[in-house]
Amino acid sequence: MSDTVKKEKSMILQKEMIGGLFKELGNTKESGKKVVYTFVPGNLSELIRSFDMLPVYPEINALQSGMRKMSGDYIKEAEKWGHSEDVCTYVKCDIGMMLKGNIGPTGEKIPDPDLLLLSYTGCFTFLKWFENLEHLYPGVPVALIHTPYQENGEITAEMTDYMVKQLKNDVIPKMEKVSGQKFDPDKLKTILQHSADTEDLIAKIFDTTKNVPSPIDAYFAGVYYIGPINIGFRGTPEATEYYKELYKEILERVRLGLGPVTPEGEMEEEKYRLVVEGPPNWTSFREFWKLFYDMGAVIVSSSYTRVGGVYKNGFRHDPDRLLESLSEYCMGCYTNLNLNQRVDLLGEEIQEYKADGFLVNSIKSCNSFSAGQLLIMRTLEDKLEIPVGFIESDLVDPRYFSYSNIKNRLESFFQMLEQRKIMVD
Amino acid sequence: MPNLKELADKCENLAFDLNFTEAKSWKAKDSKRVIIGYMPVYFPREIIHAVNGLAVGILGGGDRKQIVVGDAYYQSYICHIPRGIIEMALSGHFTGFDGFVFPSICDVIRNLSGMFQMSKIGQFAKYMDFPQDFNPEIGGKFYIQEMDSVLSKIKEINGVELTVENLNRSIGLYNKNRKLIERIYDIRQSYPWRLSAVDTYHIIRAGMVIPVEEHNEILEQLIEEISKEFGDPMDKIKVVVTGAFCEQPPVSLIRTIELAGCYVVDDDFMLGSRWLQTQVDDTTDNPKLALSDAYLNYSAFSSSVYDVGNPKSKRLIELVKRRKADGIIFAAPSFCDPALLDKPIYNQECDKAGIRYINFQYHENIGQFKVIKEQVGAFSDSIKLWDVEA
Repeated sequence: MSDTVKKEKSMILQKEMIGGLFKELGNTKESGKKVVYTFVPGNLSELIRSFDMLPVYPEINALQSGMRKMSGDYIKEAEKWGHSEDVCTYVKCDIGMMLKGNIGPTGEKIPDPDLLLLSYTGCFTFLKWFENLEHLYPGVPVALIHTPYQENGEITAEMTDYMVKQLKNDVIPKMEKVSGQKFDPDKLKTILQHSADTEDLIAKIFDTTKNVPSPIDAYFAGVYYIGPINIGFRGTPEATEYYKELYKEILERVRLGLGPVTPEGEMEEEKYRLVVEGPPNWTSFREFWKLFYDMGAVIVSSSYTRVGGVYKNGFRHDPDRLLESLSEYCMGCYTNLNLNQRVDLLGEEIQEYKADGFLVNSIKSCNSFSAGQLLIMRTLEDKLEIPVGFIESDLVDPRYFSYSNIKNRLESFFQMLEQRKIMVD
Repeated sequence: MPNLKELADKCENLAFDLNFTEAKSWKAKDSKRVIIGYMPVYFPREIIHAVNGLAVGILGGGDRKQIVVGDAYYQSYICHIPRGIIEMALSGHFTGFDGFVFPSICDVIRNLSGMFQMSKIGQFAKYMDFPQDFNPEIGGKFYIQEMDSVLSKIKEINGVELTVENLNRSIGLYNKNRKLIERIYDIRQSYPWRLSAVDTYHIIRAGMVIPVEEHNEILEQLIEEISKEFGDPMDKIKVVVTGAFCEQPPVSLIRTIELAGCYVVDDDFMLGSRWLQTQVDDTTDNPKLALSDAYLNYSAFSSSVYDVGNPKSKRLIELVKRRKADGIIFAAPSFCDPALLDKPIYNQECDKAGIRYINFQYHENIGQFKVIKEQVGAFSDSIKLWDVEA
């Protein structure tokens, strides 16, 4: 496997943005900027930015630790602290990282939070995670916003009203107190306009997989593409610029009829088009990806890239409905959809993007995704008569990534896809 | 009047009747009656009672139902209770149930509601989102909307409209039920040898599958029995067991704890039946608001609720002191994120408070208790032998 990754301009831009954020975080003592810990799904990045505060996403720290092969030690540290082997490894990785000094990916210490903003969308474990953080950071205020689940497959006016009231009554006053700034609706309005522009671009980018060959991999590369919006840049001009550049690069690939860029260069032949459900494994990310591109498999859509927002269905942040729009965003994230909605969304994408197969990467740590996946898989198999595959791994616990097991299962799955192609042809 | 053993035996049969015969017989007597199954932890059963319904607690098959198809629905790293529930659903145990409510507790139970919806089990499967905002104007209003949502689904089935009078009456009955249960726990705190933890478990659990009126009658008879002087205390420590509020431990595990030298003076096995720690106003013009206020202000502490600024560990320690317990047994189901993620905080706060504890994990059909017995026995001995205040 090559050790060097081919860099495109958008990649460099992204690296600069993320590096800049961590630098800014490392500099908060001097700048006086306040720090808000929060989560990706249902994140209120725009609101945080409107108070000139900086976001920290513990699950991003955890996944980066996984990619840097540091999560194993952090998890063990949290287990020494009393956590069970059975529980979410994102939580343990984050807590272990904190117990070991909270050093971020750029080698700088991530500052302690000034506010714990718990917008728990679609994941009950987030609630428990922040209870642990509250215990670890005694005295830090907690703003909790409860996002109602779309149990009936819809967002009702009552649900939105419930969230708006929580924003007004609890979240915004706490942000005002921590930041020392009054809530500025005009400022938020400008930020939300940037968000909407960015979301338009993201929707277009992920829609390019309609092309054959697909110019991008919507899972393995997709996680990089959603990086800037999921790490707090949604609503910034930099994010819009990044996505414009990325979209331009992808359109050029379409024009040239090129397939996705992989860590080992361009993929030459697209043999299989897949839709994938579930987050990736981070500890062996490149080996995991290689298993796919070596077989000519391209992911044309993935549910994971929608945890930070589902834009395909037309949702955009609306500068004219500030708090309502933030609320609807939170409620619309993928893991806040009920199982029927998830089946419908995945089914539409399998058809729209002409996928040859559907694969579940079932993650030990993530019940929000995993509970029900087997039924989702069987339902799609019956409904669309499409080959389905199932593999298991974990987010950031290296003990739960079995390369040979996954490889065996994927080989069987690809054989099934090959056989079906022969039958169909 | 039946004696203690007869009451306990009757309740054991009721509690573990996985075909819910009593509930179904009750329903058969009136065509407008409905049975609504609900999952752990808490659900305001009063609203079902008030519209001619019976809320029946569903706790899975425990160690009494072999899982055949349920495992095909869940990965190995997901807790055991949902596979037992889906097994029961697919093998006809819930035939005659009209609907199902899945109160918010964790992602697994939430997604189980979706599996019921997809599999079209019952006429409705409702995930009931409990507010994590405790402001009556915000979380309270939302909670009432959630109750209304359940009521509207039942009305579609039996056409029964909720009335203030009926809901007040139902609240009164459940107030009495909670009061009687607490009375049993209070008696057991002082005289734990009069009623074993296993019998207590059966008796409280039976209340999840029969009408509250009948359960109240059983509880009153039982209290009369255990208020009498009998038996002698054994050389056991008093413990609080916590962490077992959803997936239930097998009865043999509770028995093992007792046999290993512990009196269980409080626990969270049937937390839902003891959830509201107040008498809800049953004389009001707005009984739904009364239920909501009780939920917001007088809920038991639970791993399913994050009451910011009111830490559960503090409330657990208060409970231990109130029950004059010698220690805590943290018994949580394997793969239970809510219970297990609370454990380190509980442990650390207990350390600070000088409260002894042990931890272990189980699953509902665990069959080997030797290790747990040794662990609990050593815990009990260590307190009896070395604790100067024991």
